[in-house]
Amino acid sequence: MAIAHVSPGTSTHVNPERTGRRVPYLLMLPGLLWLAVFFIYPLINLAETSTKTRAESMETGAFVQSYRFANYIDAFVEYQDQFLRSFMYAFAATALALAISYPLAYAIAFKSGRYKNILLILVIAPFFTSFLLRTIAWKQILGAEGPVIYVLRTLHLIGPDTTITASSFAVVMGLTYNFLPFMTLPIYASLERIDPRLMEASGDLYANGATTFRKVTIPLSMPGVVAGTLLTFIPAAGDYINAAILGNPTTKMIGNVIDSRFFRIVDYPTAASLSFTLMAAILFLVVIYIRRSGTDELV
Amino acid sequence: MSEVTSTVVGDLKLKNITKRFGEFLAVDDLTLTIPRGSFFALLGPSGCGKTTTLRMIAGLEEPTSGTISIGDADITHTKPYKRPVNKVFQNYALFPHLTIFENVAFGLRRRGQKNVKDAVEKVLALVELGHLKDRKPGQLSGGQQQRIAVARAIVNRPALLLLDEPLGALDLKLRRQMQIELKWIQTEVGITFVHVTHDQEEAMTMADTIAVMNKGRIEQMGSPVELYENPQTVFVANFLGQSNLIVGQVQSDSGAETSVDVHGSRILLPSARNRGNGKSVLVGIRPEKINIQTSTSNAGKNSLEGGIVTDISFVGVSTQYQVEMPWKQEIMVFEQNDGGAPNIRKGDQVTLSWEPHFTFALDSES
Repeated sequence: MAIAHVSPGTSTHVNPERTGRRVPYLLMLPGLLWLAVFFIYPLINLAETSTKTRAESMETGAFVQSYRFANYIDAFVEYQDQFLRSFMYAFAATALALAISYPLAYAIAFKSGRYKNILLILVIAPFFTSFLLRTIAWKQILGAEGPVIYVLRTLHLIGPDTTITASSFAVVMGLTYNFLPFMTLPIYASLERIDPRLMEASGDLYANGATTFRKVTIPLSMPGVVAGTLLTFIPAAGDYINAAILGNPTTKMIGNVIDSRFFRIVDYPTAASLSFTLMAAILFLVVIYIRRSGTDELV
Repeated sequence: MSEVTSTVVGDLKLKNITKRFGEFLAVDDLTLTIPRGSFFALLGPSGCGKTTTLRMIAGLEEPTSGTISIGDADITHTKPYKRPVNKVFQNYALFPHLTIFENVAFGLRRRGQKNVKDAVEKVLALVELGHLKDRKPGQLSGGQQQRIAVARAIVNRPALLLLDEPLGALDLKLRRQMQIELKWIQTEVGITFVHVTHDQEEAMTMADTIAVMNKGRIEQMGSPVELYENPQTVFVANFLGQSNLIVGQVQSDSGAETSVDVHGSRILLPSARNRGNGKSVLVGIRPEKINIQTSTSNAGKNSLEGGIVTDISFVGVSTQYQVEMPWKQEIMVFEQNDGGAPNIRKGDQVTLSWEPHFTFALDSES
């Protein structure tokens, strides 16, 4: 009752409506500044670099702007295998992560009872160690002395000389593992949000458990699935750590090429044009994907 | 899924239904028959067991003991999706990812029925929302969602439609309108409606028969008029409308008329309206049945003298008086504002009188 009284005499106050309109912009300001300095500026810089050519002095790291857009075509033609491989690995890892994450997220959201928080912490726990360390650990797990090889050999599923490190298999395993939480958490969040009464209503309308899952649970969890697959696919397609640590020279992804062009060969224009091509390709695929999944209004 | 017993018709029978949640006894040995085609209300305060009863009928809970049957078919342990029962959920539970058409068609499609389009369009026409069939539930108002929820259930032609506080989320005006509409729909489709509510007005407006529930048991069952005019327990007298209950001692009972001494006044009532078991009873009278006046001439009526008006509130159609009796009990009196009301002010001494046949008496232990 006490708050209902507003004194009409206090006109020295700032007009609350005008302050209210400014607030969202003020709140966005730090983020916008950050993006401008650490994203927009480097992006423009990179775009500029991508059309440069080597300076006549042939000095390492010296390039001049010559607007050579053919850089893009040259780079793409030279590295199309790595591009294709990147997307294939990323696709495989995303599919695997989805297959693992959906049941996991479903169990946490609906069946875990009082262990829900503990299970969620376990999903996030790997983030407490560095990405690099975790990937190196996989080298041990899949290595010649590791448990995976031991089990497979004991079961005679692989011969005594077969290894699984330094292979496409290992790279995809590493990618799947590293991005699993990015898949699990959004799916969990969207499953958790589903009103359980909708499932009851589905049962009331003659749908059995499997039909309810197919007609109600899955469609309503699609925003989480779309978010999770994007959060997995995009970084996986550009990743180079997994391929570098768990792969071999024939499993190089586009990220590895960009890495070596930038830091070892010091060929900035090629690296920059590859980066842009990768960005464009991912953007293209993502737009098609979101359109296709029909969840653009939900994301 | 075609084994849904949709051909089952008949009365709904609950026999000795008991439901325990751990130590808590939610429903206590409930036996009840709901005639086919009736609009039945389970009325009671929250926690009285009405929603649990509804959930057991829907198959969302299993009774600890007892049986539920429709006609001759025992459905006590039948899975919810195999029962000829549909439910209108409290928050409607419309599928947000499906259009209105697909929401309504959901049950028909699950049972693989033919002519889905015709059936859905017919039921949408019944609730007058055919023009919204391509919208999503989120684009509809509360009242429209409510009607779609009813349509989604009745399109399946269930033997029984369960309504769980169906109007709870609507504002007062819309609620009134929907009460009339639901009653009309029920008459139109002829399906048995079982309606759970804590709102006595809602139950009285719509239902043919009301069962008042309290603490897992049925206190009294009957038509709205019967329950209101002839309550049999203190709980019912107070839960449906307001009652003035005054302690009295039975003096004589001629078999036709009972005479009760109420703080020195002789109050008469038809013996059939005396639910008391002993000498001590609670004499009841509804506030709107009482006349209030400053004079004391009341030949042939029950009357109580010496009241002091302590509060008057004008509520439009009526004026409500609070009268303090000499034994310090407050009595409520409602007078119609039809021009005949006396000019009474706060602090006036008044006499309260009413016709003996409006009086009822309850067991003081009930």
